[in-house]
Amino acid sequence: MNRYIWLILFALGLAAPFAVYPVFLMKLLCFGLFACTFNLLLGYAGLLSFGHAAFFGGAAYVTGYLVKNSGLTPELGVLAGTLCAGILGFVFGSLAIRRQGIYFAMITLALAQIVYFVALKAPFTGGEDGLQDIPRGMLFGVIDLGKVYAVGGKSLELNLYYFVFAVFCLGFWLICRTINSPFGQVLKAIRENEPRAVSLGYRVERFKLMAFVISAALAGTAGATKALVFQLASLTDANWHTSGEVVLMTLLGGLGTILGPLVGAFTVVTLHSELSSAGSWVTVIIGFTFVVCVLLFRRGVVGELARLLKKSL
Amino acid sequence: MSDFILETKNLTKEFKGFAAVTDVNLRVRRGYIHALIGPNGAGKTTVFNLLTKFHTPTSGTISFNGVDITRERAADIALRGVVRSFQISAVFPHLTPLENVRVALQRKLGTAYHFWKPASTLHRLNDRAMELLDAVGLSDAAGVPTVELSYGRKRALEIATTLALEPELILLDEPTQGMGAEDVGRITALVKRVSTGRTILMVEHNLKVVSTLAGRVTVLQRGAILAEGSYDEVSGDPRVMEAYMGSAHA
Repeated sequence: MNRYIWLILFALGLAAPFAVYPVFLMKLLCFGLFACTFNLLLGYAGLLSFGHAAFFGGAAYVTGYLVKNSGLTPELGVLAGTLCAGILGFVFGSLAIRRQGIYFAMITLALAQIVYFVALKAPFTGGEDGLQDIPRGMLFGVIDLGKVYAVGGKSLELNLYYFVFAVFCLGFWLICRTINSPFGQVLKAIRENEPRAVSLGYRVERFKLMAFVISAALAGTAGATKALVFQLASLTDANWHTSGEVVLMTLLGGLGTILGPLVGAFTVVTLHSELSSAGSWVTVIIGFTFVVCVLLFRRGVVGELARLLKKSL
Repeated sequence: MSDFILETKNLTKEFKGFAAVTDVNLRVRRGYIHALIGPNGAGKTTVFNLLTKFHTPTSGTISFNGVDITRERAADIALRGVVRSFQISAVFPHLTPLENVRVALQRKLGTAYHFWKPASTLHRLNDRAMELLDAVGLSDAAGVPTVELSYGRKRALEIATTLALEPELILLDEPTQGMGAEDVGRITALVKRVSTGRTILMVEHNLKVVSTLAGRVTVLQRGAILAEGSYDEVSGDPRVMEAYMGSAHA
């Protein structure tokens, strides 16, 4: 894709907090990254995980707990959350990868429910209340992420925003790189024709497992960052609704496109927040949007756009 | 080194009590094109899948170059130099032909798991990939999406991808199946061309193709070997005629 488009998007990301409420932007970035990790798995490796909330939520709890109780700095907290999500991904992946299609999805869902149950019942997770008042802390022990700047009558959490933006960019870059790497090339070959990839001498389980671990770890990064932004790790993060939502975001934006999941995540999160006054009608409206999109844009918004422009986006 | 590149001993495969293949002792001579033929349901594809490790035999052994490969994984025998094709053309449809061939070539680089390296590190394989595409007459289509190629050209691409691994033994599963007469001729010529210095074992329905290509023929019937020999020997065998026609005098 065009270098200039990336530069423009990057500049927009830098300027955005001066125009839009930063906490909302950070939510967009966290869910955007989350949807991208899911897309890496389904769009490029052909694996439908229905338990991605376990990595997102699991990492949120781990980071929240460590930052709150062990006094870890935020960057180390996020790193710890990522690592734990990666390890969890390895366990899930090793168990599920032998099955395909719907069975794979069911196993990931079942395992994710176990994580949810632990989050609900374990003594250190705060049960129904979740982990509250997670401190944002000092980045590298120097920069205060909780600092609020007063710019033009608005109070902006700029330090935190740029930290989240940097984490997002790093995660997003890593996903793009994975897709466009020698590894990604084999992954696409496996998605296209698994028996052929086997006959060419590739042990497909290993490739799938590795993709699963990368995806899980980065989903953890997204969840860990989210915990710092909202100072909260809650049951919603680990709930199967969240696993379902990320599927919806990815399909809405365009499966197997680089920008699609971002567009999808931004749409769903924006709808949720704009329509929050509508109460439980939100679900109905989002459901309706989804049905319309599936009927009109089978490839998702970005997928259709890419087809019109004959480019891969 | 033994004359036989691939040997099976009492190879048997049962599916839930049904014996699809019983006591097959197949010996493939090095440097030959060996055809496996037989009427529908004779167990050709099962034997083929056993040899390529896509099925696990119930009993019996398979050895390649004297090494027992019965318990090896499907992906690992490719490293030994055994590469198979599939009945339905096995290409990667949404990659270009160049990328298709490169997927096979890149394993040698040892960077298949490197997710942090840019895909441009694969560009040094392009020359070799183009050579291979050229060898099967596809160099003009290197950059178009593979889905848009004709069936015959997809099969040619599959052969180019297979050759990229420089296999000692190629296993072809019905290479001309579902093709028009023109493509059949082209693929037959191609198989003949790539067979130099290699051994090919193929399952084939088209007896004309078998008679043109195969130096050795094994006839399977009801999961067991019925006859083996040159095409002329086998085609003159009354038992073979009976298997195909129903009676020796038909």
